[in-house]
Formats: sequence, structure tokens, C-alpha cells
Amino acid sequence: MLLSKRWLTDFVEIDEAVDDRTFCEAMTMSGSKVESLSHEGAEISGVVVGKILSVEPHPNADKLVICLVDAGAQAPVTIVTGASNVFAGALVPVALNGSTLPGGVKIKTGKLRGVESQGMLCSFAELGVTKGDFPEAPEDGIFILTEPCRPGQNILKALGIDDTVIDFEITSNRPDCLSVIGLAREASATFKKPLRLHTPVVKGGAGPTQDLVRVTVREPELCPRYCARAVRDVKIAPSPRWLRERLRASGVRPINNIVDITNFVMLEYGQPMHSFDHRFLSGGSIVVRRAAADESIMTLDGTERKLSPEMLVIADEEKPVAVAGVMGGEHSGILPDTTTIVFESAMFDPVSVRLTSKKLGLRSESSSRFEKGLDAQNTLLALSRACELVELLGAGKVCDGVIDIDHSDKTPFILELDVQWVNAFLGTQISEEAMVQALRGLGFTVQGLLVTVPSHRADVRHKADLAEEVARIFGYDNIPTTLITAPTARGRFNAEQKFANGVVSTLLALGFNEICTYSFLSPKAYYKIRMAEDDPLRNSVRILNPLGEDTSIMRTTPLPSMLDALARNFSSRNLSASLFELATVYLPRGENELPEEKQIVTLGMYGEKADFFALKGAVEELLAACGIEGAEFAAQPGAAAFHAGRCADITICESPLHESPLGILGEIHPEVQANYGVDTRVFVAMLDFPTLFAHAGGLRQYRPLPKYPSTARDLAVVCDDAMPAAEIERAIRGACGKTLESIRLFDVYRGNQIPEGKKSAAFTVTMRAADRTLTDSEADRAVEKILKALAAIGAELRS
Amino acid sequence: MKQQLEEIRKTAERELLAATRPAELEELRVKLLGKKGELTAILKQMGGLSAAERPEVGRLANEARAFIEQQLAERGEQLHALQTNARLLSERLDVTMPGTHRGLGKKHPLTIVLDEIKAIFIGMGFEIAQGPEVELDYYNFEALNIPKNHPARDTQDTFYVTDNILLRTQTSPMQIRYMESHRPPIRIIAPGRVYRSDPLDATHSPLFHQIEALVVDRGITMSDLKGTLEAFTKELYGSDVKVRFRPHHFPFTEPSCEMDIMCFSCHGAGCRLCKGEGWIEVLGCGMVHPKVLQNGGVDPELYSGFAVGMGLERIAMRRFNINDIRLFYENDLRFLNQF
Repeated sequence: MLLSKRWLTDFVEIDEAVDDRTFCEAMTMSGSKVESLSHEGAEISGVVVGKILSVEPHPNADKLVICLVDAGAQAPVTIVTGASNVFAGALVPVALNGSTLPGGVKIKTGKLRGVESQGMLCSFAELGVTKGDFPEAPEDGIFILTEPCRPGQNILKALGIDDTVIDFEITSNRPDCLSVIGLAREASATFKKPLRLHTPVVKGGAGPTQDLVRVTVREPELCPRYCARAVRDVKIAPSPRWLRERLRASGVRPINNIVDITNFVMLEYGQPMHSFDHRFLSGGSIVVRRAAADESIMTLDGTERKLSPEMLVIADEEKPVAVAGVMGGEHSGILPDTTTIVFESAMFDPVSVRLTSKKLGLRSESSSRFEKGLDAQNTLLALSRACELVELLGAGKVCDGVIDIDHSDKTPFILELDVQWVNAFLGTQISEEAMVQALRGLGFTVQGLLVTVPSHRADVRHKADLAEEVARIFGYDNIPTTLITAPTARGRFNAEQKFANGVVSTLLALGFNEICTYSFLSPKAYYKIRMAEDDPLRNSVRILNPLGEDTSIMRTTPLPSMLDALARNFSSRNLSASLFELATVYLPRGENELPEEKQIVTLGMYGEKADFFALKGAVEELLAACGIEGAEFAAQPGAAAFHAGRCADITICESPLHESPLGILGEIHPEVQANYGVDTRVFVAMLDFPTLFAHAGGLRQYRPLPKYPSTARDLAVVCDDAMPAAEIERAIRGACGKTLESIRLFDVYRGNQIPEGKKSAAFTVTMRAADRTLTDSEADRAVEKILKALAAIGAELRS
Repeated sequence: MKQQLEEIRKTAERELLAATRPAELEELRVKLLGKKGELTAILKQMGGLSAAERPEVGRLANEARAFIEQQLAERGEQLHALQTNARLLSERLDVTMPGTHRGLGKKHPLTIVLDEIKAIFIGMGFEIAQGPEVELDYYNFEALNIPKNHPARDTQDTFYVTDNILLRTQTSPMQIRYMESHRPPIRIIAPGRVYRSDPLDATHSPLFHQIEALVVDRGITMSDLKGTLEAFTKELYGSDVKVRFRPHHFPFTEPSCEMDIMCFSCHGAGCRLCKGEGWIEVLGCGMVHPKVLQNGGVDPELYSGFAVGMGLERIAMRRFNINDIRLFYENDLRFLNQF
């Protein structure tokens, strides 16, 4: 909301001592947030009124003339111009040497075709104003001033481009502040100055309004109040300068007197107005009704719009002439030859206006006000103000009598002011007197402790609302600051949060960088990761109104997000990357049910040190850090996104009968890798966070350090190439028994001396007893058992 | 014999000095002091001396032995030191060459700031709550005093999944969810992802993070709200930060405020960073609206509370002087490694 300070001072006096900045700060602190403060013409300096003394032809140029201009100084200045509309005696804006114009244009003395020009004569556009602001200015050429002014006068003063404009952020609960009077009321309460309201006086005398127009309201629910008044003998003309100045300062383009009056009243009172050309109201009738199913209207912006029965329209006997509260129809608007008009000032249901405006995709100054809920008791006042202005401007003859169809609720809303409660709630000690004064200043009526809420403050409905009114006038800054006085509370992370923190710390220590990716995906992502058409993970939460296809579904797997991040790093020429995220996935449940949201610990890497075992090692370290034992890795050749020969399912085996799938780990399928434009091998692991947490080891128990030495034996066995190392290990573990301390695979060899299709795997088996030094013969016996067990699975000691 | 002894001492002194390796010293020791060594040879001749001469020569011989032994030891130490020094010299490194990096992982900058915020609130007795991102309209809007078709919905352009299910536009639904499942006293923060259909640009992202704080107890006042947030802000931004609370509107708090901190660039004078205001908006807050307490199953006549909502990205952007929000989600290591 742009507020003209000049206009504001019509209603409230602001002390000279209060400079603009102080004013803005005080308004902000009392609840009307100032977004910006600007001064009209701030970009213009050094431009004055000049009187052209003579116009001579330029000796070297046909299209230029040399003007001698009295710019208020002792000696006249010489100015060369290309404009053809200058003449001796004309008053014009002169940008003197060293002046600035909008857009940072600097004017300096210079030579034009050999003749020195000590400045520039300006057009209205060069002063940053429009034809609407100064209808008398010539379309082309120099702005010939018609206002009374004298040479040397500052042009901004001469043209009235010197208002202070304050832009307020008005919150949706305060539509009353979308008006000069509303903000004046706030200023009056803020600065404790009286609010000087004006009661419009209309002479009328042009015959009864009722003779010209009949109004029927068929939907009183959607239109609680409708006021109308007619004006005859309208003369469409530009508005006077003072009115145009106020519109301009408020960011509204002046058009003609009648349109300007409706805009002026909207800005002053916050009440949108409409004016109909009586010629186009068939039967002189105004009917407020719902649109018929097949109706349409051409709105003022020249667009044909289909209407539907939930929309409220203003119609004549035949057709809709306006979409109520949203926009007028093109065929009933004001034209240059309009002679009789009907002003409308109404109150429409906010929800209805909002829905209509949304459905039509049409927002206007008017709809954005109505949808916040306007004051039905303001309509008549606004209408009278418009009529008063018509008479003041001599724009027409106002008819007698107002049509006022009023179904609005006039019951006053009364709240009790509970002084003690307010103080207890705010933590203050404000006196009853100060509270009452604050409320009265804002237009509340207070009798005893009963507070009557003014009709324009429908947002005040509870004692907490009264507390806010008191608090903001008292000043939030004056409320003391205290710390909560209550029994000491226990601040902490819960077990799951602690566990998650641990997972993050471990992954950081393992050299993985944390990333943060979007939760949404393009459905195409599923193709990119080769997800089967019938994969249940394709069933995703779908956004009805996405910004674009790329962000239209909620991910069911973190894989595409991780691959995107790796791909971005690859394309940024980062030679290697190890990334992780605790990524949330969204798994749909039933219809109208919220999806399951859970986190997947996702690791991804590429580059010099990245390979399957590097990633597997990281996963194993993570599992160890989580205290998870018994995780098994089994080849998974069927995961579509992964390399068929380099992918493992990870399972936690609590017992042979109870296994929990934990996740997957592997090299990404070359096609998927190509789909993401990555020209190197990529490795990803995904672990289900809830499963990790459920299996996390509890408190660790100390085991005494060994007292006796260990015995190690190296065994190289030859087995089928396809035999998993884990199977050999299992056999060793089973056969060795209690004394086994560790098994370490240290070499795998294929080639010379090993038959085709076989491999040699070499293990170090370390044994130790807690209570004695193992003898060689004990170790030998264990090895014998191991070899027997290995033979049983087809692994022979390498000879 | 005396002369011989003198001779041995001199030779020993000379030869020891000439020795450059410990092995040479050992050879000398054997040659001089060994069983077949020169000194031993002389001592063996002692038998031929008179009883008067013997003690004198014996003393001299012992002195010679002690002298040579001492010389051997000294020279030994010298040589050892020389050798060590030579080794150290030969092993000299260019210490200005870069270290070998093990590749420490780094937290995402948003996590760094969030962890800090969590720590501050935990220190003030708060717990951490989490809730769904795909949320019911009821929790995100209705229960927070924002009925369907309320203009306040305009400021939070919403992604819908169905008519009643949406991507939460704020972390505030956690207020209701937490009150429904916990009795006061309540002191929580609820950080998490929120969604608004703002196209991605340097300052907007359709997904960002908020941190909600909720306190509900008997006798909670607006001055508690101010005090708690001031304490939080001083922890986060430093104790010399100046804050102000200014009236605002949120449908689910009453009174509502926005909290600003004084612009640290211009100290209130007004500059480009603060758009001339001298203050920078940091968070929204207010006293929980009585209807919201009621919707959470809390009796507003007995309890009161305050709620706070703040945007994590904006705090992090200020903290690290980041001017483009997109960098957070692009996950380029050249960015991530800076923190």
C-alpha cells in the first residue's frame, strides 16, 4: 500500500519534529510495517522553470534551434534543442548544467553542432511522469508549462512532484489499513494525535436516483450491502492536478475525472467503487445475482470470461455487466461521451470474491480488498464521498437519494477488557487507563471495561486480540524480557536422534561429505535408473500442482537424488566425490492416508579411490560403529540400477530364521551411469535407517586384553572361481571353534598353476585361547578340522 | 716402558681422531686394549721391572688404559652424533610441501547451522520433535486458524497432493501434532523441510527448511517469548547483537511479532544489505492463539504459550555470506568443502 504523506496529513497532523524516518520507524513498531520510503522526484535535481526569451535558427543544423532562456539567474542561458514546439514566452522545464534526470542521466554543458548548449529543455517523459499525470502536456516535444510558475523555480515544486511516498506492508487481517484513513487512524494512535475525519456533504438536486435505476439483490448472503447513486450531466474530463498528484503518489494512473474519483475513494476509504454508464444498463436495472451456467462477460481488460453459477455478478435485465467485486464489464464502462452514471459501493462476501477471482484467474485491486473482508458500514460513506467529489470537480450533477440495500449484520461486537489477564499474558504492568487510552486511540469504544469493536476491525474477536492492540500501542519494545520461570526442563536428543547424530559423525570421519537434495523428482528419474515398469516404488506421491514435471513426484528412492549430486560434481570436474545423505523417502499408503516417510542412509562415490570394496568397507565401518553384528552381503544380480556382477544385498541376520533386509550396495549399471552423463564408475549404497536403528548395538562391554599369545596359520585353498569368499570363511569359522580369533583373506589368485575355472584364496587364521598359550599340536588339529570342512565344500589346500 | 706407554697414548689419540666409523673404533679398541693389544703386551712385560718401578709403571699403565677408554667413549659419542646428524641431514624434507590428506568429510552448511541452533535450544531445556512433510490440510492450515479460502493461504503457495493432503508449507503443523500427543509443559523445537510453490531463483526455493519452537505451560508470557528469543539470538549471533520485536500478523499467534536484528553491516543506519531499514528480519513468533491451543487439546484458560518459526536457509546464508540459495541443493564439492 503506497501512502501519500500529503494525503495522510489531511486526516492526522504529524509534528514537524517527526522526520520521515522517525515516522516510518514508529509506524513499523506500532504494527504498520514500512517497506520503503521514497520522495517523488528524488532522481531529479537542478531542473528549474525557464522562460524562453527567443528562438533562433541554428547556423549549422536545420532541425535544431537556439533558445535564449531566462532560468532565474541574472544572465539568460543558451540552450540548443531539436524540439519544434518551443516559442518565445513559453515556460518550460530546463535541466541546467550539472542537473540529473530520472535513470541517472546527467546533463552537462556541451556543444551541439558548434553551438554551446548550457543544458536541456525537457519533455514530460524526461521528468519521469506520464501523460496521465499532466494531460495538458504535449505528446511530443518540450513540456510547455501551463501551471502558474516563475522562471528559476524548482520544477518539482512547480509541478507538485514533491510528495513523500511510504510503502506499507499490510497484513491480510487488516484490510482497513489498505486506505489512507485506515493508516491515518494507526498514525493517530501511534503519535497520540487526533484523527480528523471528514463527513462528506452532497448537495444533489438532479432528481431522484430511483427514477434512473432499480437495484435488486437476489443473493443477500453474497452481497450483504449494496449502495448506489446516480449522477447526470456528466462531463468526462481530466481531474484537477491535486487529485492526479494523489493518485500518482499512490501508484494509480490518472485516467479521467469519474474513473479517478472511484480510484480516489477506494484509496481514501479502502472501499472499491464502480461506475456504470447508465446507457448500457438495460432497463435501468441492477440485479445482484449468481451467473447462469452459460453466461460469459467481456471484462474491462478486454478478455472474454466464462462465468459459472458460483460466481456473483452485477447484471442488468439481460446480461452481466460486472463480476461482483472483481472487475467491470467492458460494455458498461465509462466512455468519453458518457453522460449519466451509476456509482456502486457494495460489500461482497470475501470467500465468494476470492473463489471467483481464483477461478477466473483474475485479480484486481478490488478483488484483493474484498477477499480480505471489508466493512459493510463503510459503503455509504464512500459513496457519499464520491458524489461529493463529483460536485467538487464539477464532473456532473448528483441525483437525490441513495439506494441502500442493507442486509449486513450491525450487531456490535463487545469484548471485556480483563486488565489483569492482559498483564499476566504479556508479562507487563500496564495501567487500566493506559489500556483504555490505547484502545480508544484505535477507534474502539470503551465503557467501563466493555470494549465495542469498531465495524472495520473484524479481526478483533478475542481477549488475546485486545492484548495485541494494547501491546502494540504500549510498544513491544517496552515489554520486559524474562526467561521462562518453570521447573527445569530436560533438554536432550532422544535415542533415535542420538543414533542419527552418530551415523552422521561416522560417515564424516569416513570421508563422506554430507549433501542436501530435493525430495521431489521427475517421473523420468525412474526410467533413468532403469526401474521396472511394475516396480512398486514407481507408485509415488504425486503433486497436483507442481512447478514443473521435474519436481512433480515425491521420491520413493534416494538413488536419483544421489546420482544427480554425483553427476553435478562430475560435470564440475571434481575428480572424485564421496557423498552421503540421510534422505527421506515417501512411500504411499492407502488413498487419503499420509505416506510413510522414512530415511535412507545413502552413500555414493566415484573417482580414484572409489571401487566396490572401498564403499563396502565404508558400509562395514558404519555397521561396526553402529554396533551391528551379523550383517551379510549376498550377490544381487537382479537390481536394475546396478551392475549385475557387482551388487550385493545387505541383510542383518539375527538368527537363521530372522533376517532383516538392510539395504543394497554396488556399482551403478553402466546405462544408468550414462543416463546421468557420468563417464566413470559410480558406486552407491542405500541402508534403511529404521532397520539400522532397530539393530543398533547397545552399551558395549569391556573384554579383558589377551594374556596369552596367538597362533596364526596361513591357508591357501583352491576352489571354484564362483565360490564366495564368505562361504569359505563360514566353513573355517564353523570348523575352528572357540579358539578362532580372526580370519583374514589376504590374497586371491587365478592363473598359472591354478586350473581353469578355479581360484586360489589365501587366508590367515588367527587362534588364541584365553587361558593358555596354544600349543602347535592344538593349532595343527584345528587346521586339520578346517581342511576337512573346506574339503566338504569343495575347497582343497593348495599343493 | 714409560716411553712406550706415552707412545701408545699419543698413537691412540691420533688414531682415534682419524677414525670416522664406529667399526674403526672397535678395531682400535682391540688393537690397543684387547687381549693381544699393545697395552696388554706392555703390561705383560711388567714382570721384568723392579719392585720399585712396578707401582709407578702400573699406575701409568692404568692411567693410559683409562685415558684410552675415555677417549674411545668420547670419540664414540662424537661419531654417533656425527652419524645421526648426517642421517638427519640426508633425510631432510621440504616441509613446505603439502600434507597428505585423508579426506575428512564435511557437514552440509545447513546442518552446521541447524546443529548449532539445536544445541542452543537443548541448552534451554528444549527437546526435538519431528513430523510428516506430506501433511493433512487440517494440521497445516485449518487447526492453525487458517480456514479454506483464507487470504493468509495466499502468502504460502501450496503444493497439493489431494484436496486434503499437501506438502507442509511450514513447520507449524507440529504445534498441533505435538500438543495432541503430549501434555504441557511443552518445550520443543521441530526442524524440517517445508515446501512452497515458489520457482527456484537466487532467493527462493520450492523446498527449504524451517525450525519451529513451541513452549506451552502455565503462566507463559510474552516477556518470556522475548527473553527466550533474545537469549537464543545472542547465542547464535553474538552477545552484542541488538534485537527488536515488531508487531506482525500470523493467524495462529496473537499477539504476533517479527523479530529483527540490527543490520551488522550498517548498525542501524540503513544500507543495501538491509534495504535501508537498518534491521534484518530473522523470524516470526507470537503467543499461541487460544484457538490453536484448543485445537491441540490444551485449555487456554489454564495454559498459555509461545511459538516461533524461522527459516534455516536465510540464517545460513547470512552466517556464511552466501548470496544464492540454490548452492545449498546443488551439492557441488567446491561449495561443500568450504565449510
